[in-house]
Amino acid sequence: MIEFILNDVLIKTNSPPGLPLLDFIRQEMGLMGTKIACREGDCGACTLMVGELDGDKVSYKTIVSCLTPLVNVQSKHVVSIEGLNGDQLSHVQQAIVDHSGTQCGFCTPGFVISLMTKSLSDANSNLDETLASVDGNICRCTGYKSIERAVKDIWEVNQRRKDKDAPQWMVKNKYLPEYFLSIHDRLSNIILPDERIKKSNVILGGGTDLMVQKADSIMHAGLQTLREKDILHGIMIEDDHCILQAGATVTELLTSLELRSIFPGIQKYFKLLSSTQIRNMGTLGGNIVNASPIGDLIVFFLALDAKLQINSPDGGRRSVALKDFYLDYKKIDLKQGEYVEALSFNIPLHGYQFNFEKVSKREHLDIASVNSAILLHLQDNLIKDVRLSAGGVGPIPMFLEKTSSFLQGRRPDVESLSEANSILQDEISPIDDIRGSEEYKRLLLRQLFIAHFIELCPDQIRMDQLQEILIQI
Amino acid sequence: MSGSNQDGSATGNFDSNMRNTDSIGHVTGKSVFLDDIPEIKGSLHAVAFASSLAHGKLRKLNLSAALQVPGVIRILTYEDIPGENQVGGIILDEPLLAETEVHYIGQPIAVIIAESAHIARQARALIHAEYELLPVITDPREAYEKGELLFPPRFFESGDVVSGWEECEYIFEGRAETGGQEHLYLETQGAYAYPDETGNLKIHSATQGPTLIQKTVARILGVAMNRVEVDVRRLGGGFGGKEDQATVWAGLAGLSAQVLQKPVKMVLSREDDMYMTGKRHPYTSDFKIGLTKELKIIALELSLFQNGGAASDLSPAILERTLFHVTNSYFIPNVKAAAYSCKTNLVPNTAFRGFGAPQAMFVMEAAISKAAIELKIQAREIQERNLIREDELFHYGQVATNAHALPSWDDAMKTFHIEERIAAIKKFNQNNSLIKKGMALMPVCFGVSFTKTPMNQARALVHIYQDGSIGISTGAVEMGQGVNTKMKQVAARIFSVDPRRIKLETTNTTRVANTSPTAASSGADLNGKALQNACEALLRRVLGVARKMIAVDCENIEIKEERIITDGKTSSFTWENLIEKAFLDRVNLSENGHYATPFIHFDKSIEKGHPFAYHVFGTAFIEVTLDCLRGQYNFDGVHIVHDFGNSMNFELDRGQVEGALMQGIAWMTMEEISFDKTGKLLSNSLSSYKIPDIYAAPDIVDVKALERDGPDIAIMKSKAIGEPPFMYGIGAYFAIQDAIKSFNSDYKSDFIAPFTPEKILLALYQNRSRP
Repeated sequence: MIEFILNDVLIKTNSPPGLPLLDFIRQEMGLMGTKIACREGDCGACTLMVGELDGDKVSYKTIVSCLTPLVNVQSKHVVSIEGLNGDQLSHVQQAIVDHSGTQCGFCTPGFVISLMTKSLSDANSNLDETLASVDGNICRCTGYKSIERAVKDIWEVNQRRKDKDAPQWMVKNKYLPEYFLSIHDRLSNIILPDERIKKSNVILGGGTDLMVQKADSIMHAGLQTLREKDILHGIMIEDDHCILQAGATVTELLTSLELRSIFPGIQKYFKLLSSTQIRNMGTLGGNIVNASPIGDLIVFFLALDAKLQINSPDGGRRSVALKDFYLDYKKIDLKQGEYVEALSFNIPLHGYQFNFEKVSKREHLDIASVNSAILLHLQDNLIKDVRLSAGGVGPIPMFLEKTSSFLQGRRPDVESLSEANSILQDEISPIDDIRGSEEYKRLLLRQLFIAHFIELCPDQIRMDQLQEILIQI
Repeated sequence: MSGSNQDGSATGNFDSNMRNTDSIGHVTGKSVFLDDIPEIKGSLHAVAFASSLAHGKLRKLNLSAALQVPGVIRILTYEDIPGENQVGGIILDEPLLAETEVHYIGQPIAVIIAESAHIARQARALIHAEYELLPVITDPREAYEKGELLFPPRFFESGDVVSGWEECEYIFEGRAETGGQEHLYLETQGAYAYPDETGNLKIHSATQGPTLIQKTVARILGVAMNRVEVDVRRLGGGFGGKEDQATVWAGLAGLSAQVLQKPVKMVLSREDDMYMTGKRHPYTSDFKIGLTKELKIIALELSLFQNGGAASDLSPAILERTLFHVTNSYFIPNVKAAAYSCKTNLVPNTAFRGFGAPQAMFVMEAAISKAAIELKIQAREIQERNLIREDELFHYGQVATNAHALPSWDDAMKTFHIEERIAAIKKFNQNNSLIKKGMALMPVCFGVSFTKTPMNQARALVHIYQDGSIGISTGAVEMGQGVNTKMKQVAARIFSVDPRRIKLETTNTTRVANTSPTAASSGADLNGKALQNACEALLRRVLGVARKMIAVDCENIEIKEERIITDGKTSSFTWENLIEKAFLDRVNLSENGHYATPFIHFDKSIEKGHPFAYHVFGTAFIEVTLDCLRGQYNFDGVHIVHDFGNSMNFELDRGQVEGALMQGIAWMTMEEISFDKTGKLLSNSLSSYKIPDIYAAPDIVDVKALERDGPDIAIMKSKAIGEPPFMYGIGAYFAIQDAIKSFNSDYKSDFIAPFTPEKILLALYQNRSRP
């Protein structure tokens, strides 16, 4: 039995735990405002709002319902477009009407949900951040300019809230139905089911990979959800290292104050990872075990020499270096019944710099052609320590050991980079595929490799020399 | 009058600049699309089983395991078709279900009907087909060389290129290629069919062409057209993809419903939609261009090879439009163009916004670019000098009238200070080594009308109910372009009533028969004119009643904002009073308007005539910033002067410009369709085929209306808007090329679109040894 609140209604259902929430909403509840367009989390037409208890309030975020198994909304408040409609249009709906931000209308409910969620969550967002709330919503008709004009209106209205409580303020202005104010108490009355990890269960994070790859087979599987705060969640600093629980979502990583202090550029890097909805769902552990050769988080943490804490439900524990976890294409060092509990890395000491680069066909919400991360320590203009990683250039995400050790002790100038690139090109083995040709991936990694140094130590790179080298190497 | 109309007019005022009449339904999620129609109890669901081989003989089809799956009702093959197994629209060369041969991957072979789509898909995985492999062709030039053409080639000729070359100081030759494009309408294809008590069929279809569906389904079932009713509320995007290609799915749903005498719904998954439906035609073309010393283009010779796929679909009409637009906005006295539709083992390609014209204009612009590069001058010098002027002749014999090519160019140059912008780009590039800017100007000239003259007709049915409310049915299909809003505006203007009185009915073949598809940017013109005729006839009738009722002697009687005005004096009589009186007087308050575009004709035997009602012109300036380290780009701005005529709804029309522009830019950049050698689609999902997200939009899109009146032949002098702005996007290609050249002067332009980040990076470092 799965129990949650859908709009204003308490739902208790025996539907399969792996049933996509989208199908439950449309087929079982007959709520047709949520649309089916891609079923792989790439368009946002099925976006829903999901709220969960967070102290004395309810925190809302967006998810794509096509990839959300029903079990993942246990004890939550699920809101579809029907649950947002009141006697009059909300400021979000009105702005979209006023600015003709809707043409065929098929994507529109998804946009409304994303912008309403943004309005409910963060009063201090600037215009760019408000726009970013629809980074996972695709519109084929408008070309987005009318939507941008609408978002500007919405942002301006949201500014008027100042520090007032969002739901209260929105209800008072008739932007939100009144029932939202009772949701906190009603959620508190739902009893959480037992959440211990059992051996027989498929451990499911956000579903963003599994639900794309194996939707039919996991529909009826015994599912272990990680979506409750006490299971595999949390970001901790212990002495000189940082521990990230496997169930942490990308959004949790992105907004973590701890990680922001370690990686000042984390928001810029992670903005290139998928979309708001998918970041709200996808987990660190899921990205690690999915073992994509182009996995963004894997490449990110490979440069940090991260270690994985692996558990089995019967109490066994072991630790493995992330770089040793990948054995071959989609083959990982994980035995039947084992699961990744956490990832940890030593916090880079003072003087260390970090950079992450990613290039894909579309800059946002796309899978990389090549990605790369670097951890660099310069002392007296010499490379004291360096760790370079890259994805999309081999069967597994790669820690580039040879290139890294070659650079040790050298000046980060154009000549060293040029020599290092020859080693780099020997170390990788990209293939032609839908993300690009071998030739392109080799060239692109060279470029990203240089980009790391331009980002981190631009004064060491002489532009005239670089121009020369870009031609020669 | 209070309350809002059930179809949700966003405004109740008499001003015609209203918002999309559907927009309230859209933002509240109440708008009903095909898959949202409440299902009749007992409805079944259909899924197609398609060929996994691009070319072969179908030796064996084993359905037994699939039929064992609980919940599977029936699997139909071509043998179950009672009528003709044929869905070809122009040429009868495409079966609904493959018989003994398959010609492309994704060609439907059987249809599985089950209690749910989920069950049908499970069963599909158990169907086993055995094939004998035949040679596969995916390359149009290879098909051409082997004589594999879908239909005979077409040749357009004007002047004499042979003597033309002699006048030329410069002659350049080259090749240009454009890729395909997925429509990626957010709503996939689908249909829902059910029989009525006498065995007639009603079909809800996500189609741009209800009559085409009716005609095709009747043919498949072997019944008369009047036994098939097709109804369309709205589409979640069409872009041409639901013009001819909606028929297969309506055909399969209709066949299933007829055979089983049950309601059957068929909605394609995105994956099925992507590999089973056609796309924009890729073209590969050879060009030869000749200019005088003064840069006047004297002669143009082209061979255009269209990749048609495995069946003709709309390719003949698309190929024809390609030939009409080979000179884009330019006057060229000597033209010789040959066009070939090549038969390949790919899904049949189809209509897509622009309908062959973008492919033609890309070749023209590539030829100009090639000449400019060779002559070391700016392309705009050639462009500007050759823009077509009043009374000059298009190569197909039509005289250019209201030729706004030069006015829009001049307006853009002045309004947007383009010379200053170009100087700023130059300066920026001098000061930056790893970031470069580039620009391009893109003039567009697009002919409006179906090039097949008989299709330029429409009808509209108007009822005024006795309470004064109005119901309108036309043949136009609403797919986001706002045609229903424009229809409402037409009626509201003519009657001078509150638009909230007016309801747009669904597009339905029993109310409006023999419709042309909503396509060719002509939906508002054709249906609007038919509606105008109906409304004006009704208006004459009710004004006759008014005259009898209140003002027998007045000179001038009219309705203004729902009041009867006699000789300029407002009377106390309202629209409602008038209609009530007219009804009691037994006046006919219904009217069926008909419209056929005058003047147009085209003689295919000489390839000359006057095929277009009018032309739409415009000029775009497009500016890009290129990260030359990473090969990524950002469009800083697109500044457009567009020839709207007297736009009847600028808000809607601007939305069409912005949306079409974005699709055009994406066709030139990120949208890359890839097939492997065996004919298998590799870009088969939204994770491998990228359409623009919000960050892909240009930072600024500035759209200014050219201040020229539209022609009377356009609805309310408001020119057609759907397709022309798509072609502004072509400028994106040349802007990127311009930026690349600032970084790598050795780059040899190859005029192969799209310019993906991969192609850009390789171009930036072209002619340099491998890394």
